[in-house]
Amino acid sequence: MGVSRTSAIWAVIWPSLRGDPEIIWSFIPFTLSVKPMNQDLRMTSLLTYTFKNLPSTSQWALRFSMRPLSCSSQLRAAADVQTKSKQTLAKPNIRNIVVVDGVRTPFLLSGTSYKDLMPHDLARAALSGLLHRTSVPKDVVDYIIFGTVIQEVKTSNVAREAALGAGFSDKTPAHTVTMACISSNQAMTTAVSLIASGQCDVVVAGGVELMSDVPIRHSRKMRKMMLDLSKAKTLGQRLSLISKFRLNFLSPELPAVAEFSTNETMGHSADRLAAAFAISRLEQDEYALRSHSLAKKAQDEGLLSDVVPFKVPGKDTVTQDNGIRPSSLEQMAKLKPAFIKPYGTVTAANSSFLTDGASAVLILAEEKALAMGYKPKAYLRDFMYVSQDPKDQLLLGPTYATPKVLEKAGLTMNDIDAFEFHEAFSGQILANLKAMDSDWFAQNYMGRKAKVGSPPLEKFNIWGGSLSLGHPFGATGCRLVMAAANRLQKEGGQYGLVAACAAGGQGHAMIVEAYPK
Amino acid sequence: MVASRAVGSLSRFTPSRMLRCPGYICRNFTKSSALLNRTHINYGVKGDVAVIRINSPNSKVNTLGQELHSEFIEVMNEVWSSNQIRSAVLISSKPGCFIAGADLNMLTACTTPQEVIQISQEAQKMFEKVEKSTKPIVAAINGSCLGGGLELAISCQYRIATKDKKTVLGSPEVLLGILPGAGGTQRLPKMVGVPAAFDMMLTGRGIRADRAKKMGLVDQLVEPLGPGIKPPEERTIEYLEEVAITFAKGLADKKISPKRDKGLVEKLTSYALSIPFVRQQIYKKVEEKVRKQTKGLYPAPLKIIDVVKTGIEQGSDAGYLSESQKFGELAMTKESKALMGLYRGQTLCKKNKFGAPQKEVKQLAILGAGLMGAGIAQVSVDKGLQTTLKDATLAALGRGQQQVFKGLNDKVKKKALTSFERDAFFSNLTGQLDYQGFEKADMVIEAVFEDLSLKHKVLKEVEAVIPDHCVFASNTSALPINEIAAVSKRPEKVIGMHYFSPVDKMQLLEIITTPKTSKDTTASAVEVGLKQGKVIIVVKDGPGFYTTRCLAPMMSEVIRILQEGVGPKKLDSLTTSFGFPVGAATLVDEVGVDVAKHVAENLGKVFGERFAGGSLEVLKQMISKGFLGRKSGKGFYIYREGVKNKNLNSDIDSILAGLKMPSQPDVSSDEDIQYRLVTRFVNEAVLCLQEGVLATPTEGDIGAVFGLGFPPCLGGPFRFVDLYGAQKIVDRLRKYEAAYGKQFTPCQLLMDHASSPNKKFYQ
Repeated sequence: MGVSRTSAIWAVIWPSLRGDPEIIWSFIPFTLSVKPMNQDLRMTSLLTYTFKNLPSTSQWALRFSMRPLSCSSQLRAAADVQTKSKQTLAKPNIRNIVVVDGVRTPFLLSGTSYKDLMPHDLARAALSGLLHRTSVPKDVVDYIIFGTVIQEVKTSNVAREAALGAGFSDKTPAHTVTMACISSNQAMTTAVSLIASGQCDVVVAGGVELMSDVPIRHSRKMRKMMLDLSKAKTLGQRLSLISKFRLNFLSPELPAVAEFSTNETMGHSADRLAAAFAISRLEQDEYALRSHSLAKKAQDEGLLSDVVPFKVPGKDTVTQDNGIRPSSLEQMAKLKPAFIKPYGTVTAANSSFLTDGASAVLILAEEKALAMGYKPKAYLRDFMYVSQDPKDQLLLGPTYATPKVLEKAGLTMNDIDAFEFHEAFSGQILANLKAMDSDWFAQNYMGRKAKVGSPPLEKFNIWGGSLSLGHPFGATGCRLVMAAANRLQKEGGQYGLVAACAAGGQGHAMIVEAYPK
Repeated sequence: MVASRAVGSLSRFTPSRMLRCPGYICRNFTKSSALLNRTHINYGVKGDVAVIRINSPNSKVNTLGQELHSEFIEVMNEVWSSNQIRSAVLISSKPGCFIAGADLNMLTACTTPQEVIQISQEAQKMFEKVEKSTKPIVAAINGSCLGGGLELAISCQYRIATKDKKTVLGSPEVLLGILPGAGGTQRLPKMVGVPAAFDMMLTGRGIRADRAKKMGLVDQLVEPLGPGIKPPEERTIEYLEEVAITFAKGLADKKISPKRDKGLVEKLTSYALSIPFVRQQIYKKVEEKVRKQTKGLYPAPLKIIDVVKTGIEQGSDAGYLSESQKFGELAMTKESKALMGLYRGQTLCKKNKFGAPQKEVKQLAILGAGLMGAGIAQVSVDKGLQTTLKDATLAALGRGQQQVFKGLNDKVKKKALTSFERDAFFSNLTGQLDYQGFEKADMVIEAVFEDLSLKHKVLKEVEAVIPDHCVFASNTSALPINEIAAVSKRPEKVIGMHYFSPVDKMQLLEIITTPKTSKDTTASAVEVGLKQGKVIIVVKDGPGFYTTRCLAPMMSEVIRILQEGVGPKKLDSLTTSFGFPVGAATLVDEVGVDVAKHVAENLGKVFGERFAGGSLEVLKQMISKGFLGRKSGKGFYIYREGVKNKNLNSDIDSILAGLKMPSQPDVSSDEDIQYRLVTRFVNEAVLCLQEGVLATPTEGDIGAVFGLGFPPCLGGPFRFVDLYGAQKIVDRLRKYEAAYGKQFTPCQLLMDHASSPNKKFYQ
């Protein structure tokens, strides 16, 4: 009977829905799974949920989906009928923090169009793109924070150099943070903290990475000799220093690709992780193929709306990511292992590639955003940083961070409509999914009673991920948040979960809540 | 005191490395019938690959014994006759151990060389079949792969090893006085080249996986895994098996070649070795070196050279024959019995027979940052103990901290540690000048100057600040613990922990209990010592405990002999040629003349004429002239920084000449001099057992060899009595007693053993 009643409702709603049929089908299991309760309530909840997809001009829909912060009584009344564990993650006496919008430069394979730029050039492009997209008055911005990993020594505070060049007020301070692959996540959460504590109202957070050029240094011996030479006063001192010169002083020092504490490269660790979770080469290749195919589809359908074109000086305007290359499993199977030779499973095809790119988001206190006339895209809610053994659990950050952030927010896996996880390696993603789905792992390594469960793949990175879109270390975090926010807007979900792993065995997760329309 | 090279290398072959297997792993097999009736080996078939799993029951390690051997033959015959099987993987189900070697009990049970030869020949035959197998066999090695285990692995067509710290390949037979008797002497030189094979077989050193790969001893490495779907150790073995199976298939399909690409250096070496003249030179050189180092006291290394030579020069048939013959001969020698006894003793002394302490020691405080204090700190911080090092002055503390850092940094240079690990370990050390944080200490080890009143002072100071459960351990070489504990409010928590210098090199720890020391305190001290990697003997309190007490009469005799006109160089050569790692005169210099005098004086007062012999005046005069031994640059010898060859200190001659004693020609032959020293040592050791200072002869042997450098080839004083014969020793003692007096009177227990030849310390 319940089914027939719902079908009737579908008939009514169907014509007014603007989403594609898939979205509607995804509601059905949810409707059927509602526990027996008052029939009217169930309908209401269904309507509330569904009507978020209606054009926001509809008065009717607005009445149901409105969640203004001031009406707490209304909130409580509706709580019982919500299918979500919580109707909103707003907390009393804490400012709501919103993302108005975010942009990124196209992410390019390193060594392509961006290869002659400097990092602050890319960061500047992201900042100007953001200015253009949001039309935020420059003098309103209180603070700018950027994340980056491999630092260009000339612009160690790349946030400041980029902001000055992008035309922000020279009265706006800026700083740069680094936390490996979650650097821009750190930039965003720093912004959240600044706003939540009342220090700022408007903050730009972003990230940049330019892997086309990395600082290659003279050897320590050579540097020492050069520094001593600059201090030498007499010709004799200089000559005696020069006489100590040996040819091996000239061998350069490359930036370390290995984890400092363990001396192991990340790809090597990923290969071991995949083996520890018994993930086959085929599974990894399949996942990589999925990422590329979904990214291609999203790109073709124009869903990657956070990308802003970038006119590279002396070159053509870059309009889209160039690392998306759906291949075939046969082609991928031909590649040799890149790290554990000759029998490893991690290859170039199932790993993220070295990428150039920058991203930036505009983060405001909600009341400020509304006062300025913005229609924000999402709230930034609870977040969590975790860290664990950098040797054997280097890339398991999402596994540790996910249950914690959900617990903190009072949500469950089922409440999440959009998962955006950073894909460092196929093997890493699949290992995390397996770990999250393992009671044994939860009990023995995470000190939890039970597993958190693995995210359903139909909600997981469905617009592609770092494997296909690219992974400029410092810039990926903002891309994840914007993908989650845009997906929620597009698909009509309420909660998004962003998670990422990072070198040093660290991890991050954050809940993004769709801003009601 | 310095241990001999042989002792040092014995340590590398510590049983603890082989004894860390948490349990058994159950697996499902595709062919369950194969499980039936076998206890050591079972196998399953995955596709066309037979997976042969070794898992000796009720043991933490797999050892090659009769049962395992016959089951292995059975299984291999099935593998060879099955049409379904095209290749095989040989793997152990025990984490941390592939095969730890041959079953020693099987060897010691043999009474004639013929029995041993037969064992050797059976193994040779079997391994030859493995080597000639047309179905490729892959050895998948995780953990210790030693002795017979390595010989089996190198008979296989391919070897894959985990790159784990526990994975060690080696031929430690020489340390037990025998040789690799299952074809190892023949195959190893072919596999890694003659020089590397000699190095492995003559030193017995363990080779870590990455080094083994470079040498060509293994073909592939597998990285150990972290946690995943299963506990890391379990999953690592499974992963190793999976990888081994793919290689086994590849070998059977001829997609992978078992031959290794040799580097240029390797090619050149093997070319050079194809010239007979070059080979002869190598044999000669190696033999010279071995003779020089062993002084002809250890027969095994020379036989190993001989067997390898036979195999290369006369073909493998002659080689195998010679190998088994020599193996049989060696297994019957006194030396191998002594060394095997030491090995067993070492295993026993690596266990805590007092059980687990009520509270695990996590916070350790050390008083005094001198050589000993800092040494104790060094062996503690890298085992994860939070260590506080306290001294009175910043300069002394800084010196101690630098010693710890240097010790760790030397390991980095040897690539045993990464610089990151060094830093992490070093931050376990806190240096301070006050008693801050002592309220959290679980154990305090004092290593202040050997002065009773000073020790009393620190004991009282410390007891004012430490918690109730905290153990107070005194590192002293001669001060009786009960005298130190006399001022304690809680004597049940006071114990002696006698470390040997240099602490990071010397394996022995002598723990001294007083009648008041509680069992839990002892358990705690043993636990800490084991954690620090020590071999432990627990003895009763008394003047000089066990080690110092045995050494003192020998030292007294050393002075006497010097006074009789035997020069320090001559004396040194007599003692080292008897098997002591350090000459007797050099030993006095190393210990310190002032320390020697201090001990001799104290013990002389207590034991009276039994410690008579040389005149204390010699030491006193040396001290008055500033000849304190190595630490002051002059003793019997002159020591200079960076100069290896030491010269005699000619000023000593006048001291000795002034205190000259008449020598008695009938007890002053070279041999008599050696036995005068050794019999006094042995007599005192046996007396310690008789008086109950020692609990077991094993501890006496371990203490003497690992702490004092008693010749390892003799196996320790008690083993020496058993092997040499108590009657002969008593006879010698009587002869010297007649010449010198009561210091040579044999003790009652020794005479009991002499009068009833069936009485042995080791049955």
